[in-house]
Order: sequence, then structure tokens, then C-alpha cells
Amino acid sequence: MSEAVMPFDEAISKFDPVLGLEVHVELGTKTKMFCGCSTEFGAEPNTQVCPVCLGLPGALPALNEIGVESAIRIGLALNCQIATWCRFARKNYFYPDMPKNFQTSQYDEPICFDGYLDVEVETDEGRQTFRIEIERAHMEEDTGKNSHVGGATGRIHGADYSLVDYNRAGIPLIEIVTKPITGTGKYAPEVAKAYVAALRDILRNLGVSDVKMEQGSLRCDVNLSLRETPESPLGTRSETKNVNSLRSVERAVRYEVTRHAARITAGERVVQETRHWHEDTGVTTSGRSKEQAEDYRYFPEPDLLPIAPDPAWVEKLRSELPENPAIRRARLAEAWGISDFDMQTLVNSGALDLVEESIAAGVDASAARKWWTGELARLANEQEIELSELKISHQDLVDIEALISSGSLNDKLARQVIEGVLAGEGKVAEVVAGRGLAVVSDDGPLLAAIDEALAADPSIAEKIQSGKLQAAGAVVGAVMKATRGQADAARVRELLFERLGVTE
Amino acid sequence: MTDLITLNAADLAEKLANKEVSATEVTQAHLNRIAEVDEQVHAFLHVDIEGATAHAKSIDERRAAGEQLSPLAGVPLGLKDILTTKGLPTTCGSNILAGWRPPYDATVVTKLRNADIVILGKTNMDEFAMGSSTEHSAFGPSHNPWDLTRIPGGSGGGSSACIASFEAPLAIGSDTGGSIRQPAAVTGTVGVKPTYGGVSRYGVVALASSLDQVGPCGRTVLDTALLHSVIGGHDPMDSTSINAPVPDVVAAAKLGDIKGMTIGVVKEISGDGFQAGVKQRFDEAVAVLQELGANVVEVSCPNFPYALAAYYLILPSECSSNLAKFDGIRFGLRAGDDGSHSVEQVMSMTRAAGFGSEVIRRVILGTYALSAGYYDAYYGQAQKVRTLIARDFAAAFEKVDVLISPTAPTTAFKIGEKLDDPLAMYLNDVATIPLNLAGLPGMSLPIGLAPEDNLPVGLQIMAPAMADDRLYNVGAALERALLAQWGAPILSNAPKLAGV
Repeated sequence: MSEAVMPFDEAISKFDPVLGLEVHVELGTKTKMFCGCSTEFGAEPNTQVCPVCLGLPGALPALNEIGVESAIRIGLALNCQIATWCRFARKNYFYPDMPKNFQTSQYDEPICFDGYLDVEVETDEGRQTFRIEIERAHMEEDTGKNSHVGGATGRIHGADYSLVDYNRAGIPLIEIVTKPITGTGKYAPEVAKAYVAALRDILRNLGVSDVKMEQGSLRCDVNLSLRETPESPLGTRSETKNVNSLRSVERAVRYEVTRHAARITAGERVVQETRHWHEDTGVTTSGRSKEQAEDYRYFPEPDLLPIAPDPAWVEKLRSELPENPAIRRARLAEAWGISDFDMQTLVNSGALDLVEESIAAGVDASAARKWWTGELARLANEQEIELSELKISHQDLVDIEALISSGSLNDKLARQVIEGVLAGEGKVAEVVAGRGLAVVSDDGPLLAAIDEALAADPSIAEKIQSGKLQAAGAVVGAVMKATRGQADAARVRELLFERLGVTE
Repeated sequence: MTDLITLNAADLAEKLANKEVSATEVTQAHLNRIAEVDEQVHAFLHVDIEGATAHAKSIDERRAAGEQLSPLAGVPLGLKDILTTKGLPTTCGSNILAGWRPPYDATVVTKLRNADIVILGKTNMDEFAMGSSTEHSAFGPSHNPWDLTRIPGGSGGGSSACIASFEAPLAIGSDTGGSIRQPAAVTGTVGVKPTYGGVSRYGVVALASSLDQVGPCGRTVLDTALLHSVIGGHDPMDSTSINAPVPDVVAAAKLGDIKGMTIGVVKEISGDGFQAGVKQRFDEAVAVLQELGANVVEVSCPNFPYALAAYYLILPSECSSNLAKFDGIRFGLRAGDDGSHSVEQVMSMTRAAGFGSEVIRRVILGTYALSAGYYDAYYGQAQKVRTLIARDFAAAFEKVDVLISPTAPTTAFKIGEKLDDPLAMYLNDVATIPLNLAGLPGMSLPIGLAPEDNLPVGLQIMAPAMADDRLYNVGAALERALLAQWGAPILSNAPKLAGV
């Protein structure tokens, strides 16, 4: 069952890969694209349906304006032209999860077209920018969901019966299709991944979707073909579905390159087909054969009026677009003086916005990063909530940092303060007072603790006085313990050496 | 009791409003009539005795309590079985929907109920509205009350037949290529196809989405106008419905004054080649219109001869897509689901078992016309011809206020006569189809009986978009003049069924 593959490096030295990426975004609108049914995730099957999205005889579609608005905003964010006039079209095919047995989509008149997205990839020559050209972004509706009961894998093979849930049918989708992506060479897998990641970023930033690949609100189909040289005509492509994560995008591209290369080199034809990616085994398997591309018999949807977005409205949407996330990240990285890697860490932890807000509130840049990616991230994880759900304000962090700067708190104590704030014990000052967490600033108690520690183990004093300064650590440790961490370690060390008449 | 069923809707409405008669009595009289004659006429597929009786009772109670009711409150009606009625069977004349009770009412049905019009039942039709004779109904044809061996027209033969047989004074039909107008013509009744978008299509099972329109049927122009004003209007659930007030059709129907109007006879469908008696009555009607003060001229619409071909490409294409939803999965008939067939097979078997031959013919034709490589030659080309026809109308309406033609080329033919020749059947619509292609409103009203067979002949009036009122004005004028000539309504010449 496993197919022959050629090592990637060898494959890429012999062939030039051409990519095509199709991304479907499920919009986060409250209601469906053509009816007023709720789009809430997780409802009991077939409870969020009506005659329209069930495709009952006589039902007619009514357009969701936010769906159109989102499509336009996505197109603008991707530097697309927005159609001055376009229509919906019927894509006709039979399948039980398609209530009308046609999908209301767009065919030769997409609402957005001819755009681009620049993505950056690390190459041997350093950071390189690839411009991915976008063919189109158009509106369509999602299908219902089939499930198969009784078979071993939960798929249709061997199942006793199948069920269909139409809650998802009619949820707005935007399909974004790239033009053939050429010139990526050995970086094809990375470029593909970077594109999907960048696209996801933009979509999240626009607030049009929660873009969760694992939940299916962002779906990616990977198309790949190989040709001898960049001047050769395009080869036969395969389409790979079930690519459910960024990692899968990269791995699937890589695998398909190796598989196509093996076939071509062995003199076998690459079959034009749809393949299924398996994340666990790292291979694709053959699905539906697309030798004869299915004939969808497209024609303009007669039940919906053409869409002619008011140019003034489009310009208003354009002016209200949020800053392109990549550009924003570059700007902030420079402003904060941090590396791309550090910025990426911030983004990955979901802390970027919070850090920016903290800085705006008055927290020092590196402190803000430290708290949000460190202790706060750990606590959010522990409580299984989002960072933004932590019950701590930016002002709290400002206050904590101020106390640290003045020496009233050390790092360890600050963590206890945070704990207290999150537990609802009050503002920073209240927590400090309530728990008695201030750093001991009076030397008296410190000296007392130092003397106690020295008395407990006389050998330490000898070691220190004979030059083994590292032995001081044990004393500092004991003092910290005695003061429940409320001592300034540096000061304790200072006092200890003074006591013993040693200079550091 | 017998009087009640021969009254026009307008007169019935007045008697009801004056409490001279109760809604219960009126409903009962019509239910009795149905029981007496429908075995012969077969206008109804389903009679809702319980629902109609209950509604009538509720109307009487509310009127007794002093509530102000709608003008047509208590008047009964037959509803073409293509509109969804919550909880009542809706078959569209097809086996594939046998037993289906929709979970929702069509917007038009809601309007009728809110106007307290009593829905007696669902009327027979050619399967999925494909036909001109009602012979393609899966449940047997309807019979023309004028001659029970003849067709009552189609696809809405049941609606027109039930009016002509006095089973109901009003009916609702749907018209895609003439399915209201042609049955009206061959049964001696009035039928109107409103401007496309003038009446909501929500809940009207779609045949050809860009051509379908629901319309009123009655025995008189005024009755039809009264019903038209109830069902018309914008519906947000139908994106193709017009957001404008319904033209004042009732006022026009009461006016009937065409002095100084310019009326155009369409040269290409003026009756040449039609049945002799049809042409004769049409020419006589033209003379009457002139006597009434209208200026009648000839107008040429040179692209009309292509209308039939364009229509029989556009309709099958759209219907092949509209009928795809009948697959046995969510509602209606399901065949072959015994565990040994794939879902694709179940869908195929269901459709083969549930669809009649005319439906299958048009679905195959439409699937072919839309298929890759053929779109431009067929559907695309037909849509361009459609534009030309719309332009013909536009050019004509620069010169005239309305256009007229005979509604159908022949009077009612015998049941079975054209069944084996689909093309001959399609030719019944040659005069009515152009209007649907252009989305314009049209009316058919009776203008006499053909001398050779004593069967009704209809005249078609056509008007510009949203000028539905012009139809009623011209129709009312002609109707009044002919009534004066005849001395009695045309239906008084029809054979008496069960003595009436």
C-alpha cells in the first residue's frame, strides 16, 4: 500500500515544484449565509436548521450582508480588486451532505480577485520574501456533516449506516485560491506553511473567523505538480485534503514532492486525483480520482440578485482595515529592539496584543514580555484558560514593576503578588499588605538571620573567610528561607561579607 | 345552497360581510359541490374538510364578536399543489412527494390565511408544473368541466377547472410559461400572471426560478383583482421579490375605461396558423376594443418565434438544478434503502421511481444543456435570445399601452390527443411564453366560444413590468362589453354538472 518516494533533496534537485493552495475560511457570522439559522458550534444535530438550509422544496435564499462585508474585507486585506458587479452561481453535484444537491457559490465572477500576500521564509541566504499571487476569493456556503456508524475507522468503509447533520450546512465560507506558486524550489514546503500561517494571521486579525484548523474553521487543500525545469510546461497535479495543521501543510507538500518525483523518474504517469493526508503515518493515499474533472454545470444563481458593492462602502471598509499583522510585528520588533525569533515566540504564545497593551500602560518592554510569556503564560496554561482571561490588569503589572524597581519586591515575591491578584485578594498594594510580602528592607532582621545561619554551621564562616566565596550561597539560602523569601538576596550577601570582614 | 356556489367572489364577500350568509354555510356549500362533482372533474388532489370547516367557524365567531375582517374573509379558494401548506399534503402532482406534509407555509398561503380566505384544498397539476394539460400529473388528469373528455389546460388545470365547475370561486395557480393563462383560456375563466417578483415565490416549489410566478384565478376580472391584491407584495424571504407597492389592480378592475388607449396586436402571435375559431373570436374581440375607444395597431416582435426554443432550454436547465433536491434523503419518497445500495444508488432509484416521464425528459435535457462545452451554445445562447425578446417588448411598449394575442392556439383538446408528441404539447405555450421570458404581467380572459366546437377561447393581454393594473383595466372593459353582448356570463353555457 505504501508508495515509492524519492528522497526530498534528490527530488528537488531534479524537478521544479509548482504549488497551488486553496484555503476555505468558515466565517464567524452569527447566522448562516442564506438564512437566519444560528452558526453556534456544538449544538445537537439538526437543531440549527430551517427550510432554507435544509433545501426543502419551495425555500429560497436571502443573503447575509456581513458575509459579503467579510468577503470584501478579506479581499482588501489580501490586496485584491473588489468586483463592481458579480453574481452567485450554482455548483451542481449530488451528495447527501448538500441539501439542495447544488452549492450556492461563485464561478466566473468572484467578488475578489488578483491580489497577493508576501510571506517570509528562512533560507540558506537568510530571510527571503515570496510574493504569493492570489487568483480569487469568493463566497460560498458550507455543507452538512456526514458521520458513519459501525465501521472500524468511523469512515464509510464497513459502516452499518450513515447520518447527516445539517447544522453546518449554509454556514458562510470564503474560498481563497492562489495562482500557481512558482520559484520556491526546495523551500516549497516552507513557503506553503508560511502562506497558510500568514493568511491565518490576517484572518484572525480581521476578526472574520476564529481560524482554528483543528476545528475546521480554516481548511487547506494542497495542490502540487513537478516539472523538469522552470521553463517546462506544468506537470500533472495532485490535490491533497485533510491537511489539518500548519505542520501538516509543510509535511504534505514535502511528501507529495517525493512521491511525484519517484513516479516520474520511474516512468509512471502522475494521476490527477484527490489524495488524503495522514498526519500519523506522514503519507498521502489516493481518494477520488479526478481524471475526469467533475462537471458542475455552473450557471448564475437565479434566486439571488447580483452584488454591486457601493464603491464608497468598499473604501470605508478599506480605511477601517486593521494594520497588516506582519507589518505590525516588524514595526514593534524594531521599536522594542527584539529579534524576529523573540517576536515569533510572542506571537505563538498569543501574548503580542497583551504585551503591547502593557507597554502602553507603562510597563517596561522586556518586563512585559517576561511576564506575559513566562509566569502568566504558565498560570493560564495551568488554569486552562486564555491569557486574556487572566484576572490581572495592565495597571497591576505597572504597580508590580514599580515595586520591583524600588526594591520592595523581588522576582519571587512578585510571583506571589500575581498569585494573590489572580485569586481576587485585591489590587497589588492590598495583596502586598495582606500577605506581608514586602522585601525586608531593615538590616536588623537580616543580620539576625545571618547570625543564626552562621551559628548553625561554623564551617561556612571558615570557608568564606578562606576565599571560598561560593559557600555564601548556603547562608543566603538559609536567610531566604527564614524570611520566607522576603529578603533581598544581594543585600544579604553584602551584609554577610561585611559581618565576616570579607571583600568580594 | 346552490346559489352560493355560483356567486362571484365579490358578491359572496359582500353577503358575508353583511352577515347575510355565514362562512360556515359558504364553505359547506362548496365542500358539498366538491363531493358532488370532483369525481368527474378531479380538480382536487386533497380536500381539507377539517381545516376549511374549522377556519370558517373561526371566521364566523370573530365576525360575531364584532371583529373587523378582511374584504374576502370567508371566501373559499383552491390552491395549486405547488405551494407548501404546513401539515397539509403537498405533492406538486408527483409520486416523489406523495405523503409529504411540509413543515412551513408558503408566504402566499400565510397571506391567504391572514386574509381569512378559506383554503378548501390542493388542486391538481402537471407534475412539477411541466405540461399544458394536467395529463402529466402522477395522480391522473383533471377534466375540463366544458367537456369531461377534454383537458382543462396545464400545468394548473386543477385550479382553473375547480373555478369553472363552481367548486370554488377563487384559485391560486403558478405560471412559468402559461400555466395560469392557458388553463384559464380553455376553461372560460380569468387567470393572471403578475409581474415577475410581484408575488412571493417563498414556499412555491421551484420549476424554473427565473420564470415562475404565482397568480390569481377567478371567474371575473374583479374577483381576480381582489385576490391579486391579497397575494401581491414584497417578501424579504424571496430575494427576487419587488420592493414596491402592489399596483392598484382593484381600482383598475372597477374602472374598465380604455378610451384613448393604444393596444398592439402582436403580429407574430396574432392567430395566423391557430385554430380558425380562435382566430375568429380574437378578431371580433379586437373590434370590440376599438368600439370601446381604443386605438388598435399591429406591432411586430420579430424575436418571438425564437421564444419557444429559448424557453425550452432555459426551463429544463434551471429545473434540472431545482429538482436535484428530490433525492430521498430528507423528505418524500425513498427507494432502494435496504442496506445493499450506496447513497448514490438510493438517490437514483428514488428519482427513477418517483419522477414521471416528462419530468425525466426535461431534467435530462437540462442537464445536457448545462454540461461542460454546451453552456454557451445552449443556456448561454438562450439567455441572449431572452434579452432580445425583452427588448422586443420594450420597443413595443414605447408605441402601445398593452399588447394582445389569443392566449392559446387551440381550444381544449381531447385527453390523450397530444400525449405522445411532446413538441406538439409544447406548442400550446407559443403565445404565452414570451411574457415569462421578459418577466412581464399577463392576463387571459374569455372572449367567447369557438364556433366549430363550442369550447372557450381566451384573449391574452400583456403589459409592461409593474403595470399589472393595465391588464385589469382593459380586461374589465372587454369583459363588460362582452357580457352585454352575451347577456349572461360565459360559464352559463357550460354543461351542467350535477344540475348546476
